[in-house]
Amino acid sequence: MKNRGRIALASETAETAETVAAGGASAAAPKRSASANIAKFRELGLLAFIVLLSAGVQLRNPSFLTWENINDIATNTAILSILAVGMMLVIVTRGIDLSIGATLALSGMIAALTVKQYPGANPALALLIGVGIGLACGAVLGFLVSKVRILPIIATLGMMNVFRGLTFEASGGKWVSAHQMPDSFKAIATGKLLGVNHLILIAVVIYLVAYFFVNHTRTGRQVYAVGSNPESAAISGIRTGRILGLVYTVMGGLSGLAGVLWVSKFASAQGDTASGYELSVIAACVLGGVSIAGGSGKISGIVLGSVLLGILNNALPMIDVSPFWQNWIQGMIILVAVLVNALVKRGIDRNHLMRRRI
Amino acid sequence: MEPRVIADRREFSLRGFFLQWEWMLVVLFVAINVMNVNLSEFYWDFDNLRDATMGFLDKAFIVLPMVFIIILGDIDISVGSIVALSSVIMADLYNHGVPMPLAMAICLAVGALCGYINGLLIVKFKELSAVIVTLSTMIIYRGVAYILLKDQAAGKFPEWFGFLGWDYVAGVPFILIVFAVFAVAFGYLLHRTTFGRRVYAMGSNPTASRFSGVRTDRIKIVVFTLAGLMAAVAALFLTSRMGSTRPNIAAGYELDVIAMVVLGGVSTAGGKGRMAGAILAVFLIGYLRYGLGLVNVSAQTMLVIIGLLLIFAVMIPKLRLGRAIRR
Amino acid sequence: MKKMWAFGLTAVLSISLLAGCGGGGNGNGKAASSPDDGGKASGSSPAGSAAAGDSGSGSSGGAKKFAIVFKNTGNPYGEKMMEGFKKAIEEKGGEAILKAPDQPTAEAQIQMIEELISQKVDSIAIAGNDPDALQPALKKAMNAGIKVLSLDSAVNAQSRLVHVNQADPERIGRTLIQGVSEMIGGEGEIAILSATSQATNQNTWIEWMKKELEDAKYSKIKLVKVAYGDDLRDKSVSETEALLKSYPNLKGIIAPTTVGIAAAGKVLTDKGLKGKVMLTGLGLPSEMAEYIESGVCPWMYLWNPIDVGYLAGYAAEALVGGELAGKTGEKFSAGTLGEKEVVADGDGTQIMLGDPFKFDSSNIAEWKAVY
Repeated sequence: MKNRGRIALASETAETAETVAAGGASAAAPKRSASANIAKFRELGLLAFIVLLSAGVQLRNPSFLTWENINDIATNTAILSILAVGMMLVIVTRGIDLSIGATLALSGMIAALTVKQYPGANPALALLIGVGIGLACGAVLGFLVSKVRILPIIATLGMMNVFRGLTFEASGGKWVSAHQMPDSFKAIATGKLLGVNHLILIAVVIYLVAYFFVNHTRTGRQVYAVGSNPESAAISGIRTGRILGLVYTVMGGLSGLAGVLWVSKFASAQGDTASGYELSVIAACVLGGVSIAGGSGKISGIVLGSVLLGILNNALPMIDVSPFWQNWIQGMIILVAVLVNALVKRGIDRNHLMRRRI
Repeated sequence: MEPRVIADRREFSLRGFFLQWEWMLVVLFVAINVMNVNLSEFYWDFDNLRDATMGFLDKAFIVLPMVFIIILGDIDISVGSIVALSSVIMADLYNHGVPMPLAMAICLAVGALCGYINGLLIVKFKELSAVIVTLSTMIIYRGVAYILLKDQAAGKFPEWFGFLGWDYVAGVPFILIVFAVFAVAFGYLLHRTTFGRRVYAMGSNPTASRFSGVRTDRIKIVVFTLAGLMAAVAALFLTSRMGSTRPNIAAGYELDVIAMVVLGGVSTAGGKGRMAGAILAVFLIGYLRYGLGLVNVSAQTMLVIIGLLLIFAVMIPKLRLGRAIRR
Repeated sequence: MKKMWAFGLTAVLSISLLAGCGGGGNGNGKAASSPDDGGKASGSSPAGSAAAGDSGSGSSGGAKKFAIVFKNTGNPYGEKMMEGFKKAIEEKGGEAILKAPDQPTAEAQIQMIEELISQKVDSIAIAGNDPDALQPALKKAMNAGIKVLSLDSAVNAQSRLVHVNQADPERIGRTLIQGVSEMIGGEGEIAILSATSQATNQNTWIEWMKKELEDAKYSKIKLVKVAYGDDLRDKSVSETEALLKSYPNLKGIIAPTTVGIAAAGKVLTDKGLKGKVMLTGLGLPSEMAEYIESGVCPWMYLWNPIDVGYLAGYAAEALVGGELAGKTGEKFSAGTLGEKEVVADGDGTQIMLGDPFKFDSSNIAEWKAVY
């Protein structure tokens, strides 16, 4: 904890540079703060875009910004955003995990088969089993990536097939449906605490823990160090292998958790659960400004990325566009969002350069 | 002191020659064939082996340019959608009275244009990675295909169009001949031209290549345009095999293509890999699937086998033997 | 140490490949239903191959091979259909080959058809992922002397001899409208939650629903929207929620797809809309038992997928045995289903299983254990 500041990180360095630049500007002109604070918030373009998008949707369908609908968006986005946390850590280390949809299906299926067999069991047990299986899947990936040094895209592409195959084998081509699941299990996803759905609460807790982890623990900072420059990280004494193993295991654990939540939410476990879901999660991360080149990515960014995707999934059916146009609109919105974000960042960077010259 | 001479080409060594990644693929390929022959009495049959190539070669056209893209250290996940879009536009035009040869030419042009747009966006917005750009265009291109055809299928092509995907020239499947021609052309482009050398240089160190006068932007755009063009070629053959088209064809092709390229020894970190390896990988996976299909292995078991094969194949060079191979 | 590793890994690789063969053997063993394994034995003998090489039309020494290709693997509905097909083939002493690709695409099915042609099977029954795109492949199969029929999702008339239809699309469409009208008292807004916008079966049924709605007695019922959940759980849930919010006066939802109806049932249950918004459609009894028992979905329809497969099995047998050529008016015996007749269907022919079966609280308990 003591020397967490010692590790220089790409994202942080960039921000420090901004702050310094802004500081320089404040020396020249007294009116500082506002623009500097805005500049620090790198996801500004994305946030502005989300606000505009919401306003547009609200104009077309007034029931968009109602408490009930916002609650629905949050509930439906919770699983995606939980997975985005793990994916961000993986991508920050210059990796990628394509297997999460399959891990999710496998742990969800086994948890569902367990509660089907023992309906009296505590639902916490199902959660534990799901997370356990996810952790095991993630550990295998972590081993392949960190010890055997297989490229993450290949290791996870290969294991995606394996986990998906195992899901089919485990279920024997059968499925677990609503009436075979005890109410206590289904209540994991439908229950509420203080009027807030469990899924949202779980996501919030995970985000708080993740925020603390990446910003205020030594290991968390080391994840970024490994991602921005693996060689220097290794030379400065970071056990890069351990960090890699850790992020894939965490990703697996979160996928396992998401698997149980998914099965509980939809009250159905099938072999093809969440097939292709990894692309949505990766999209949420990249939209949120996590760089595929590694080393940078912020919790606030992936929150916005997940929210944007969640709003898209919710809003497109609500604004009553032709189903044939939905794909196109969704793609254009994603493209425009990343382009706008890039341009806003460019503008800010250019501002800083100009100030520096003064 | 003796002057140090840098050889303009590496000296030939027998040991080095046999310790190439491609030889491991050859060994694996033979092993798979031996296994398949033992599994099914229908496998070792000239007609069957010949016809099987018709089933998996359509994707292989995209493998060729994808080798370039991955050597550059980029990736293109929009290729499946480009296949769908160019196929749909071709069919739609034909159904609206455009003569088939012209429609086919437009199909190729559409593919190249889609690839060009990808390339342009990637070089104009350098802060965005190719993944996010092609992820968005992947959704957009397929989206356009949906807008054009809605819930309809388009087809009723002239009789001769079926020739592409189903017929033979002198006993050899037409698709195999075309693929061989393209494979040689792309291999030549990568290994025997300055363009190819520059692609390797950019993959190993983009900044250094830019400062040594390589027009990196132009090369990147050309490579992505080629990928679009070859996706359209794949679209021609796939459409011919299906006899009609829909906006949802070729879904998931991108992952299959990337898996083949990587199994072929091309590193996603950029700068490394050869065309021969990727082509071997195409036939390796193609015949493995075909052989297992002949004994009706279930789809889920097939998934597990191919997944494990991918992992073990890339694991081997990480070990001692592999160190030698990589050297 | 490293050498050991290399050796160990190579060993694992070869074992995994061999396991693949083992798996293949199993798969085949599972498929090869004849207890004495006669099909396989004779298949590997030269005589057997020669006989099979004879386009499968002559009476070969071994058991005849009947293949079924479903849309995709892991689909509960499809697993049951294949189960019924296998049962029928076994009753007649044939060898059943069950295949399904991992993704529901026509491309993957074309490859499977090629594999089956190479294996010189006698018959292919297919639930098509696309009605037209399989035509070249299926024609090649028919030219090789293989009897081709479709079931569940028809392929076009040129690429099959006969289609085994689970239920008349007109009856399905009209029955669903009649059902929802009864549930909501003949008045109010309704919506349809379908599979993908490309799904041919669903699109045909929706056409018939719209035709039924033209009747004057439904003048007070308004179809406000056809939504597409793409047969994905999460998307079907979002679409259902959007329907409920965009149309606050919605009285009924028809979901003619097993994934969609289960997702809609879950949403209506969670939002406490039981009795306010009625749900019906086509669903699997085991998946829908919960919602039928609770009253969210008063009743729904489906046919028995096992019977669809079983009927296709007998039709395939009859086609190979020569009792059936796929012409209108022909009759054949379909095991426990009794005698069935080939009827016209557009420019092709089909065999009808019967009317859709109604599942409600009185019979759901019995059926939820079956499929």
